[in-house]
Amino acid sequence: MAVMEYIDAIRLAMKEEMERDESVFVLGEDVGVKGGVFTTTKGLMDQFGEMRVLDTPLAESAIAGVAIGAAMYGMKPIAEMQYSDFMFPATNQIISEAAKIRYRSNNDWSCPVVIRAPIGGGIFGGLYHSQCPESVFFGTPGLKIVAPYSAYDAKGLLKAAIRDPDPVLFFENKKCYKLITGDVPDDDYVVPIGKANLLREGSDITVISYSLPLHFAMQAAEELEKEEGISAHVLDLRTIQPLDRDAIIAAARATGKVLIVHEDNKTGGVGGEVSAIIAEHCLYDLDAPIMRLCGPDVPAMPISPPMEKFFMLNKDKVKESMRQLALY
Amino acid sequence: MSENQKLTDVTMPQLAESLVSATIAKWLKKPGDSIEQYEPICEVITDKVNAEIPSTLDGVMGDILAQEGQTVNVGDIICRIAVASGEGTAPSPQPAAAASASPQQGAGSEEGSMRFRYSPAVQTLAAEHQIDLSKVQGSGMGGRITRKDVLAYIEKGGAAQGQGAPAGSASFPSAQAQREAVQPSGTSPFQGLQHQTPAEPSPPLGTAIPDVRHSGLHLTESPKIPTIEVEGMEGGRSEYFIDVTPMRNAIARNMRQSVTEIPHAWTMIEVDVTNIVLLRNQLKDEFKRKEGVNLTYLAFLLKAVVNAIKDYPIMNSFWAVDKIVVKRDINLSLAVGTEDSVLTPVIHRADQKNIAGLAREIEDLARKTREGKLKLDDMQGGTFTVNNTGSFGSILSYPIINYPQAAILTFESIVKKPVVINDMIAVRSMANLCLSLDHRILDGVICGRFLQRVKDNLEGYTLDTKLY
Repeated sequence: MAVMEYIDAIRLAMKEEMERDESVFVLGEDVGVKGGVFTTTKGLMDQFGEMRVLDTPLAESAIAGVAIGAAMYGMKPIAEMQYSDFMFPATNQIISEAAKIRYRSNNDWSCPVVIRAPIGGGIFGGLYHSQCPESVFFGTPGLKIVAPYSAYDAKGLLKAAIRDPDPVLFFENKKCYKLITGDVPDDDYVVPIGKANLLREGSDITVISYSLPLHFAMQAAEELEKEEGISAHVLDLRTIQPLDRDAIIAAARATGKVLIVHEDNKTGGVGGEVSAIIAEHCLYDLDAPIMRLCGPDVPAMPISPPMEKFFMLNKDKVKESMRQLALY
Repeated sequence: MSENQKLTDVTMPQLAESLVSATIAKWLKKPGDSIEQYEPICEVITDKVNAEIPSTLDGVMGDILAQEGQTVNVGDIICRIAVASGEGTAPSPQPAAAASASPQQGAGSEEGSMRFRYSPAVQTLAAEHQIDLSKVQGSGMGGRITRKDVLAYIEKGGAAQGQGAPAGSASFPSAQAQREAVQPSGTSPFQGLQHQTPAEPSPPLGTAIPDVRHSGLHLTESPKIPTIEVEGMEGGRSEYFIDVTPMRNAIARNMRQSVTEIPHAWTMIEVDVTNIVLLRNQLKDEFKRKEGVNLTYLAFLLKAVVNAIKDYPIMNSFWAVDKIVVKRDINLSLAVGTEDSVLTPVIHRADQKNIAGLAREIEDLARKTREGKLKLDDMQGGTFTVNNTGSFGSILSYPIINYPQAAILTFESIVKKPVVINDMIAVRSMANLCLSLDHRILDGVICGRFLQRVKDNLEGYTLDTKLY
């Protein structure tokens, strides 16, 4: 067991999988010689050579297209989008090709590709380096989407994604890269895709979230427990597609008061679907209107630091929402 | 449980678009006074007018948060009004005192708006355990019964026996406290905070409550503007200080804005008002008898000015940077001075009024100004200002334009003078008219013509001129 940063856990997952399986390879902009702009792939080229760590042109559609083709041919590509913001030129390949290959070939072909993309703001990145594109891909049958919040989950989910026989979008949170450290076992474990994770049990309110805001929720939950005696039940979705319905329903039933938190903007976000699942299944268990705390519906992350701060979620915002719900 | 009273915050309303704050002049209601909707609760002084703030609801005055003399920003809370709800008995002083000692309890019983809104979870649990929800104390927002309240009630055996075991699991304090309120026999560290128990039944409807109300009208007789003069702290022989009142502040701001933004130019004309003097002398007593108001020279002047503006509508305009906005209605602002201020109430649609109507308007506005009864409507919408500077003996003045209007005209003292007419010297009643103009909009020629038209109108009055 080693304590490591979130980014190290991602790197370790790739390293272990590349060691385990010769067909796993990495491709993306500056992933090779430079080792990635965030150093996520640092050292991989030295270890595995340039045939397995490919520096690509600045063309996300090509990165996705090449990866999809290789995956169909039996390889296990890990395609890196430098920032998830740059992923949109590749949406056609991802949504119209990767997601649909198994279905349209009547199960003859599959596409075991992993597409890694850093999401989220709070890094003074402004419009092109801060987006949360989950909602663009969310709701596309055939795609799996995971979004780890801890170092442990980052390693386990990435390994699960690489071993998955179908396309998986791996949304790692770039603010978590260096901010979050945690215990990561050395052994070969996977975190199953499609299973949510109950982080905390409580009796007053249920918080459902994924990725970075879970840290705010956990801190807020600690403080609220200590300061005001409010006990929060916190569920990490871990996989945002397919959603773990059973876990969501169970978590909602636990307290009857649900707060859904994510950084992606509210309208059309994952929270809407989570909320719909609860509304469909838990009407008679609800004790309060379902609440969502999300990024504002504005076009882009502002570059101005005070405005970025306004845009971003933080512990205080989450705590206040949790308190409101508890008081309801 | 008897009285669920809800405290409603009353905020300083936006009395006018430009208003950002107002000063509380006088509270007309004291804590404990009952208040009817639309009844004035306090007087406020603003830049523009003194106004009364009406209550928006029926209730009882709670805390007064803004003291007399305090300047409060628009939107800030000035007081709280308790609105009786639930079983509708008037609040008795006893529980209110207890409530303030126990904020957590207070939060629960502060308002009962959600007391009977049951969530699906609450109804499900109540049905499962056959619980009478009217017996469960709500700890949620607005007195709402939460799912946890029901669970706690069940846990305490409230469903079946009505005699409960001590509290089991820990919970956050308000729920705990509420639980204890339901089961007074339970031992709890919060017991001391209880202020309501079911053992103490509410007084039946109609029971007389000891009189805690006060007649609230004008209990304090402090001046509207609390401190005007302050003695200098050290020595203080050679000078003393006058606090700037909101009114003074508004005058200062408007004057400075006008002279800094508007390039003023000035011109004057002398008018022979002998005919008006004769005409007025002939009509004034009968007019006073018939109409009850004084027939002033000013009414004649206003009519002459309005008619001249009709001929030169550009006088009735204001500067809007890339446009000049010409107003169709002629709303005359009238400068009315008091001992320590000057106000410019407005005669709306002055072009629709005859001399008698104008005389009445002048009288009305002057009276309202003296009595401090001007309403916001009386102060807004002016398009051209007239100042009767002659009334205090001036023969020449250089007025500052009433921002954002285009011009201001003064009517100076009527003075008998030797005047040459047809190479003969005659004694005539003469008066000066002074005009300050916004030189961005107006130039000498147009203003000269305008003044000439006013002069012609004034000199055109004859003994046959009709007032109506």
